[in-house]
Amino acid sequence: MSAAVTTAPVTTGRAPNNRRPRRSGRFVASTSVLYAILVVIAIVYIFPFLIDVATSFKTDAEAASDPLSLIPQTWTTAAYERLFLNSDFPTWFANSAVVTVFVTAGRVFLASLAGYALARLDFRGRNVIFAGLVAVMSVPLVVLLIPKFLVINQLGIYDSYAGMIIPLLVDAAGVFIMKNFFESIPASVEEQARIDGAGTFRIFWSVVLPMARPALITIVILSFQGSWNELSHFIVSTQSPELTTLTKGVASLASGQLSQGTQYPLKLAAAAIMTVPVAVMFFIFQRRIMNASEGAVKE
Amino acid sequence: MSASVTVPPTAAAPGGPGPGGKSAKRPSSSGRRAPKGIRRSEGIAGWLFTAPMLIILGLFLVVPVLMALWVSFSDWSGRGSPFASSVNFVGLDNYDQLLAGGGLAERDFGVALRNNAWYVLLVVPIQTALSLFLAVLVNRQVLKGRGFFRTAFYFPSVTSSVAITVLWLFLFGASGAVNKVLSWFGVNGPNWFQDPSGVVHNLLAAVGITQGPAWMTENTTLGVSWWDWWAGPSVAMSAFVLMAVFTTSGTFMLLFIAALQNLGGDVQEAAMIDGANGWQRFWRVTLPQLRPTLFTVLTLGLIGTWQVFDQIYTGTQGGPGKTTVTPAYLSYTSAFESQDWGRGAAIAFVLFVIIVVLTIIQRIVLRDRPVSKRRMRAYSIASSQTANKEGRA
Repeated sequence: MSAAVTTAPVTTGRAPNNRRPRRSGRFVASTSVLYAILVVIAIVYIFPFLIDVATSFKTDAEAASDPLSLIPQTWTTAAYERLFLNSDFPTWFANSAVVTVFVTAGRVFLASLAGYALARLDFRGRNVIFAGLVAVMSVPLVVLLIPKFLVINQLGIYDSYAGMIIPLLVDAAGVFIMKNFFESIPASVEEQARIDGAGTFRIFWSVVLPMARPALITIVILSFQGSWNELSHFIVSTQSPELTTLTKGVASLASGQLSQGTQYPLKLAAAAIMTVPVAVMFFIFQRRIMNASEGAVKE
Repeated sequence: MSASVTVPPTAAAPGGPGPGGKSAKRPSSSGRRAPKGIRRSEGIAGWLFTAPMLIILGLFLVVPVLMALWVSFSDWSGRGSPFASSVNFVGLDNYDQLLAGGGLAERDFGVALRNNAWYVLLVVPIQTALSLFLAVLVNRQVLKGRGFFRTAFYFPSVTSSVAITVLWLFLFGASGAVNKVLSWFGVNGPNWFQDPSGVVHNLLAAVGITQGPAWMTENTTLGVSWWDWWAGPSVAMSAFVLMAVFTTSGTFMLLFIAALQNLGGDVQEAAMIDGANGWQRFWRVTLPQLRPTLFTVLTLGLIGTWQVFDQIYTGTQGGPGKTTVTPAYLSYTSAFESQDWGRGAAIAFVLFVIIVVLTIIQRIVLRDRPVSKRRMRAYSIASSQTANKEGRA
């Protein structure tokens, strides 16, 4: 990785220099240098994940003796069997799934509701709310670790699904994204519906929301990824094993059992499985993710 | 729509009295009946629509912060309510212990600050440079397989920090994949996550300096000697530095790509016609235009890197030799493990202040400045005409 950084000035400097004199020969050379650099960096970025998957099918001994090879000498699914048949892993997975589904659904609904109000509805206090939202966005999450526990505890929802889900239901950034999007929709659409006598919620729900699909998908992606990968909130909001999520469970697997043998295939299998849902999400919406930021900035 | 915004918003102030009390305030709209009704229902709808957000953010963001502020001034031990009568107000005691206590609390906090400061100092510049570099490479129009490369570079960003940490523990094991690769080059890799020695100290030791000068070893700040402040990140922390660069460069690359695609080609062309080579064009034309994005990336990087928690919780729990303890993790352990809630909350607030102050400083440093006199002179040597223009701009 560090090699990639140090080569940066050299290559960017060289490529354009080659442009002018004798294009064909040196141009080809500089292009192949560019590809070579890209391929090397891509390998550095992808290889760890390949090692992860490959090692999860190895035996403990082979994982230790040959950590680099991508093809196990003796294939074994022992790690997966242990995870699914002899551990709490299925519970962790189910908890993560439940939390993610509720949080994603909640965030999509509440963020678009609030975003619409802030973008379109004219009411006293709107500017104050918006200023408050911006202020809230700047609070570092880590500062909230202890305080969130205090409130969850006071409300009596510590160690429950409610305590895991409700605090995550709103995310200020999502509201922000939805607000920006609604502002880009022409107001004439709503005016028409209003003349037809539709109420505010009706207009929001059946006229504006269907038009907001691209932004909604962005929120779905962000919420899904955010809640599936969330760790610290679950550390401070739960303690019982039945409510352990994947992140918390795998973290305990990683830290707690370091002393009793390494069990790397087991841990890496767990890490691989917990990556699958976000990876699937990523590849489904890949186009949109890659273009999301472009669209956002352009507007 | 925009016209109606200027009409004074009429109905449904937060928990205000009925609309009757306010009708006197809006003589202007009294003539038109229908809009009034719409506006009023819109006001109610506005508050209804934002209510869930306000309640949740208020309950789990604003209230907690205020509550924690109180706890940081109290001696609450984690039992019962922090507002019970048995909990005492202790003023600045918790902060005092951290910043000037002279005890273990101060030393631990100093060590945590040192660890995290080195982490920030390395991660922020490296990830910014790397993501910009990747963006520039991947943004070329002629490049084949752009999609593949972008995906490859971005993928680590979507995976959870827990999964990546587990993977990192394996890759950076004593006889792990990284050390195996290093051995091809004849390098004897360290036992990464077990090695508490500071990188800067190790470099100094390589040239024969193993003891700091007296003025460095005798003076201390926050209970840590100046010599130890200069230890650099421990080898274990360096592995986390690499991990942070690995997982965040993709996200920031996307931001830079978006910014690059928004740059107009005409300025580039003008520079090309003026005879600027690619190197000059990048530094003198492209980079200045990227300043807003650069600011975003640096700010996000700064805020993110001061909050390292997941990796430490999953991977090292602060070890080896406390060299991967960060303020965020220390805050957590002080409260949840040592039951010293006041101190934990105080650490969180000090961290908050650090992040805010650094962001402000960075904002000042990176603000748009008029061209300096020295720069002006350099320009005027090249061409007096352009210098005049630039100075006025």
